[in-house]
Amino acid sequence: MAETNGSSSPPTGTTGSGTPEPPHAKRMITFWLIISLVVDVLYYTLAGPHMPPGDMTSAASGAQFDLNILMICALPVILGVWTYLGYALYNFREGRPGTLLTGPMAHGNFRLQVGWMVGTTVLVLGLFVFGTAELIIPAGAGGGEGPDPIWTPTSHTVLPIQVIGQQWKWTYRYPTYGGFETTSLVIPDNTTIAFHVTSLDVIHDFWAYQLGIKADANPQQDNVAFTTTHQLGQFTVRCDELCGLWHGAMYGFGHVVTKAAFAAWATRTEAQLAANTKLLPPFQWTYVPDANGADGGYYPDNVDPYSKVEIYGAQKAKV
Amino acid sequence: MRMARSTRIALVAVVLGIATGLIVFVGMAYVRTSPPTVDFATGHRAGQAVNVHMQTVGTYGKGTHPTWVSYLIQDPKTGRWVHTTLLDVPADTRVNFTIYQFDSGSPLRNQQVGLVQGTIGGKMSVNGKSLRLLNSYSNAGVAHTFSIPTLGVNVPLLGVSSPNLCGVAPCSTARWPHNVVRFSFVTPKAVGQYAWQCFVPCGAGWLYGNGGPMQTIGYMDGLLKVVQA
Repeated sequence: MAETNGSSSPPTGTTGSGTPEPPHAKRMITFWLIISLVVDVLYYTLAGPHMPPGDMTSAASGAQFDLNILMICALPVILGVWTYLGYALYNFREGRPGTLLTGPMAHGNFRLQVGWMVGTTVLVLGLFVFGTAELIIPAGAGGGEGPDPIWTPTSHTVLPIQVIGQQWKWTYRYPTYGGFETTSLVIPDNTTIAFHVTSLDVIHDFWAYQLGIKADANPQQDNVAFTTTHQLGQFTVRCDELCGLWHGAMYGFGHVVTKAAFAAWATRTEAQLAANTKLLPPFQWTYVPDANGADGGYYPDNVDPYSKVEIYGAQKAKV
Repeated sequence: MRMARSTRIALVAVVLGIATGLIVFVGMAYVRTSPPTVDFATGHRAGQAVNVHMQTVGTYGKGTHPTWVSYLIQDPKTGRWVHTTLLDVPADTRVNFTIYQFDSGSPLRNQQVGLVQGTIGGKMSVNGKSLRLLNSYSNAGVAHTFSIPTLGVNVPLLGVSSPNLCGVAPCSTARWPHNVVRFSFVTPKAVGQYAWQCFVPCGAGWLYGNGGPMQTIGYMDGLLKVVQA
């Protein structure tokens, strides 16, 4: 039973003065709907395009879209809580005589209970389905898919780049440009890239933030992540797996350049590094380090590294 | 004579306080233990090059880890070899490195670090011979590298081909077989700490060679501290 300030046992649903109780639920819901709509629209139009990780690639713009959808769903929830709290604080506050100290009892309200359960169930299951689908689209959403990806891109000219982690730096091999290995990560615009991520020692994690790419680098594993570039510019690369003393220094930058600039860079670098490339082991997707320590060599796993679509830049047929 | 209760409480509190302080002091002293920093910046004049002398040894030969491989740096003021990998150098200054390499070599796990990179002219001098690349599968292999990944500097150090290697640091160039590696680069204008390391997994006895000295400042990892002179 509701209590009043300054009077005893008023009937539920009325104020102490006997005036009929206003339609609190309708007021709250109306206010909540309006403010949710306004805030969602403002968020989507003003903040949404600037949310991380940006839209440099298909994976990045996919992640940004997912984040925006989650925010659009989450904002009405938090606004609903705040609306209820604010409304209750204002209308049911202890103030003048005759005002309700507690609102009308809500238990036993069938419509409210069903509405709450249906609403939360739809929201949670909807986000589950949405999140699962978005993990797949596009082509694994930038995450490492292991050595045999289920979700592959549709492009038939994918540029393969092998990302090699070691304590404590990243190097990159370009198999369709003779297999040279460099510390520079340069990729062409408007191109689908297959990052083949591996490690020569411990577990690292290749995180190209603005590309929306994040894949664990495990020794003797080929972890593949796809994306398609959309914008020119610089992106950061860091290790996201605590990997030892200088883990924090395992940090650098990569660049998305035009296709012409990329072709020129790749051809020039291939020529510059030719002498050292001859000394590298034959290109393979994984390498087995010598477990005895300093005594050298990393060894191929003898699995054919060349696919039918990862041929971008191939001057020689390697299919 | 019997002490008053308040006196006894005060005495116990004082003893506990002293004991706690000692434990914290010893703990912090242990945690904050760091090799010394060799100073190449104080007194540096603008436009003047800095000369850094280092040596790499197969086993340090004494102390807590006598079997660990290690770098040492020569103090420019005293001429003494200091067991450390921390050095202060002035910003925007040419630094000439001379590394006396006393350790044996092997083929590289990743020949990519056989390339000389980030030095002036993209080259180094090994026993007076100018090189841009070290083939780790020939000669005596590569013993260690001096690498600062964030500055793009990488210099492979040729291994010593001799059964008679120096086992206790500092090693004398007059007595033990060694290679002399020289190279230069210009320090960045921005002050800061730049991690440097060896990229040869030379922690013998550790899984994949990456433990022990490979993970310890003062042995095969260090900081190039770029400061305003």
